Amino acid sequence: MHPTSHDFKDNARRALDDVHLQTVMGVFRGGFVDKRKRAMERLPEFDQLRDQARDLKNHILENLDHYLERFEAKVVENGGQVHWCRTPAEARETVLELCRAADAKTVSKGKSMVAEEIGLNDYLEEHGVVPIETDLGEYIIQLRREPPSHIIVPAIHLTKGDVADTFREHHTDLKPDRNLGEARDLVNEARAVLRQKFIAADVGITGANFLIAETGSTVIVTNEGNGDLTQCLPRVHIVVTGLEKVVPTLEDASTLIRLLARSATGQEMSCYTTFSTGPRRAGDLDGPEQFHVVLVDNGRTSLLGTEFHEVLRCIRCGACMNHCPVYNAIGGHAYGWVYPGPIGSVLDPALIGLAEAHHLPNASTFCGRCEAVCPVHIPLPNMMRQWRFRESEQKLSPPALRYGLGFWGFFATKPALYHFGTGIAMTVLGLLGRAKGRFRSLPGAKGWTDTRDMPAPEGGTFQQRWAQRQRKAG
Amino acid sequence: MAEISHSLASRSAKARAGIFGDIRAALKPMRTEGAAATVVDDRIARHPRNLVPARANLPQPEQVALFIAKATEVMTSVERVASASDVPKAIADYLKGKNLAPELRLAPDPRLSAIPWDRQPTLALTSGHARDRDATSVTGAVAGIAETGTLMMMSGPGAPITLNFMPDNHIVIMDPSRIVGSYEDGWDVARTRDGGAMPRAVNFITGPSRTADIEQQLQLGAHGPRNLHIILVDQLDRGDQGPSESDGSSA
Amino acid sequence: MTEKPTKPRVGLFVTCLIDMFRPTVGFAAVKLLEDAGCSVEVPRGQTCCGQPGWNNGDRADAEALARQTITAFEGLDYLVIPSGSCGGMIKVHYPKMFEADPVWGPRAKALADRTWELVSFLVEVLGVEAVAARYDGTVTYHDSCHGLREMGIKDGPRTLLRSVGGLSLTELPGAEDCCGFGGTFCVKYPEISTQMVENKAAAIVGTGADTMLAGDLGCLLNMAGRLKRNGSGVKVRHVAEVLAGMTGEVAPIGDPTGR
Repeated sequence: MHPTSHDFKDNARRALDDVHLQTVMGVFRGGFVDKRKRAMERLPEFDQLRDQARDLKNHILENLDHYLERFEAKVVENGGQVHWCRTPAEARETVLELCRAADAKTVSKGKSMVAEEIGLNDYLEEHGVVPIETDLGEYIIQLRREPPSHIIVPAIHLTKGDVADTFREHHTDLKPDRNLGEARDLVNEARAVLRQKFIAADVGITGANFLIAETGSTVIVTNEGNGDLTQCLPRVHIVVTGLEKVVPTLEDASTLIRLLARSATGQEMSCYTTFSTGPRRAGDLDGPEQFHVVLVDNGRTSLLGTEFHEVLRCIRCGACMNHCPVYNAIGGHAYGWVYPGPIGSVLDPALIGLAEAHHLPNASTFCGRCEAVCPVHIPLPNMMRQWRFRESEQKLSPPALRYGLGFWGFFATKPALYHFGTGIAMTVLGLLGRAKGRFRSLPGAKGWTDTRDMPAPEGGTFQQRWAQRQRKAG
Repeated sequence: MAEISHSLASRSAKARAGIFGDIRAALKPMRTEGAAATVVDDRIARHPRNLVPARANLPQPEQVALFIAKATEVMTSVERVASASDVPKAIADYLKGKNLAPELRLAPDPRLSAIPWDRQPTLALTSGHARDRDATSVTGAVAGIAETGTLMMMSGPGAPITLNFMPDNHIVIMDPSRIVGSYEDGWDVARTRDGGAMPRAVNFITGPSRTADIEQQLQLGAHGPRNLHIILVDQLDRGDQGPSESDGSSA
Repeated sequence: MTEKPTKPRVGLFVTCLIDMFRPTVGFAAVKLLEDAGCSVEVPRGQTCCGQPGWNNGDRADAEALARQTITAFEGLDYLVIPSGSCGGMIKVHYPKMFEADPVWGPRAKALADRTWELVSFLVEVLGVEAVAARYDGTVTYHDSCHGLREMGIKDGPRTLLRSVGGLSLTELPGAEDCCGFGGTFCVKYPEISTQMVENKAAAIVGTGADTMLAGDLGCLLNMAGRLKRNGSGVKVRHVAEVLAGMTGEVAPIGDPTGR
């Protein structure tokens, strides 16, 4: 996916002017927030589990090499293979080569953000292998050739009318006058169409929510069952995932699983949590003949030990974006790359560069809600702040902002000058604003006064009046 | 199995060396070398439990009640019958109630073949992995997990996993004594089977397949079953190789 | 208690916005603190807490202002501040800022431990349960983000507001949703900020309350600015003005002073 994060301001403006998108986001707003809250209230240990999950993830990151080695050894012991990839290009080429070795014409795909990250679909298609997304939301946006707008509800920006139009355009062998008025009709149609794709696919590609060092298992969590059909019907199962997903044991995975669905959709448990361990065994009647795990670095190891170390705890639940007022205002596409919302504002600059993504860590009020709901306590606002430091050091931030802050710093570190200057300024502004109590426009404050009045100061500063009071008292 | 090319293997080896080099360099200031590997091996060997919610910690009869309540919440239907000989009628009634054809695709599981199916001659039975046109499957389950009404399935010759996902309707036959409290309890059960070897697939199933990808409206039967029906059969495990604990020793 | 303890010496950090835009809030804080038995001082060496620089990549100036503030309040029993946001800066961020600094780290930590937001200080430290104020009206309350999430301010203002005679409190739906101010955010991304404050303004109007209160002047200027632009008659005030019974001394935020 070609990033458009540098155009964030325009993207956001377009999103805000898009009546259609605003209607859909209006429906989205609050849904997951309320559901998560209810799920949390039903599990009194929720916050303790979050603390444990944080500590567990910290332990894993501090021993990442060891857990990855143990995981790899177990995969091999169970008859699977692990392929290590540093870059998106290496990962794409590896998957393509595995598909070619299997003589694959079509591959079915379960939802994978890492596959989005490495641009897998376009690459496979360019090289003669047809990828078919099978998560309903992913399928819809694949037909529309759009990127996902949310990491767990990728087609959240569309209405059922949009989906019906898309299906009519693409499912041309079905009767044109069929009824697609309800979500039920659309789900049924997708089910029937995709079922044949599952059966025809030579290779199934899924992501992984967790990798288990103890057993060499990969774990996927879904609600639709598409990830399972993707891995039990084709001859070859390829798992494409980030190397930070490894956890020590089945018990540790269980702890994170308790947090994942509750944080994401407010379900106590997703419908299908599947632990896959190697290819089919002697006597098995189904399951893939080959099992490959493609482990992608793509800059993750470069975050270890830096101020962004803790972002590697992320379990990709999406709670941060569900609760983000900025995400809720503009939707996911405005962020311009794979990961939107607060997690994207921290990850994207690391993965595609700060020059491209410098707006994202700025597009936050630091309201702190993302950190407050994160199941692994990632200090997202503080990490965005760290990006802003780097942005300023690299002089990527707007010069007016840097000069303005420099002036403020100069002025505010000289209290006598400051109190004198603000005293005069506020006396003047107070007089000017006195009649109306507010300004409809102020030079230099267009961003504010275009859409808001600027309340006028009372007139004179607190410090002036306090000094008067002290003089009187004294 | 197709040959994986030499270039792929050598690229992977090179990437692996780079990745491990970077990880170790980055982590060096954060840890005392040497100690880490022992801690890691110990954690894997002991697989200690983290916090298990109090909800899961109940006497077994109450776990059964919690399992049923939680399964029902996620739109799994549950019924309980006294013995294996009641199963054919229960299934026939269930299919009739849903207006479904009396055709079943059975997992090749000895526990299921021991059921006296001839009591309902109208039921047409075949056995094996799932095929596209199979409307209704019948399988066993290794355990039920009370905390979220979750079924724990393990793949094997008697448990093809396609039966869990392809048909529109999935019927699960399970002795209620297999219901445990937590996921961790489920793993304890798993570790007693087949000498503790992890089967190719373990499926935790919590309700019928669903999606809310279109306008956040919940729809059942996205790709997997629209209906998930559990028949708890008292004494089902008595007389055969017994409940799960003894499976390992008989293997 | 066997003998009357000496009055706690409280240093008021007035914040740059209150100093410039709304001095009455500072005097309301002084009154509330004095009524509760404190001796209040206003160190002259204070200006801005440094948050604008800290949140916008200007670490050097943020640190200089933090050192200035730490120095100005040393020797006082408490630093009390009528803002959850600037309070969070001092209490949560100063110690982080100087984490690795052997000199300023401990000094920052010592100040953070003595720093309280005004209403929390009254309720949690001084044990104030009621104020002697009257306000005839229906009010609704917005939980400003930093006060809520960095300082844990939630029940305190509601407890004290319920003790105000004539006041009826109605909860604001989405009271914990950000109003879209966000310091420089509101001018860096004005369109997004506007959408957020518009949602907030609609929620405020929807409550039917005649008065809207919060504990942070930045958020209040933003919400008042949007409400006024929309032609709404809802009165906007800092919660301290109502608790101190000083609403007669100054017009609501954004309304003509009439003096």
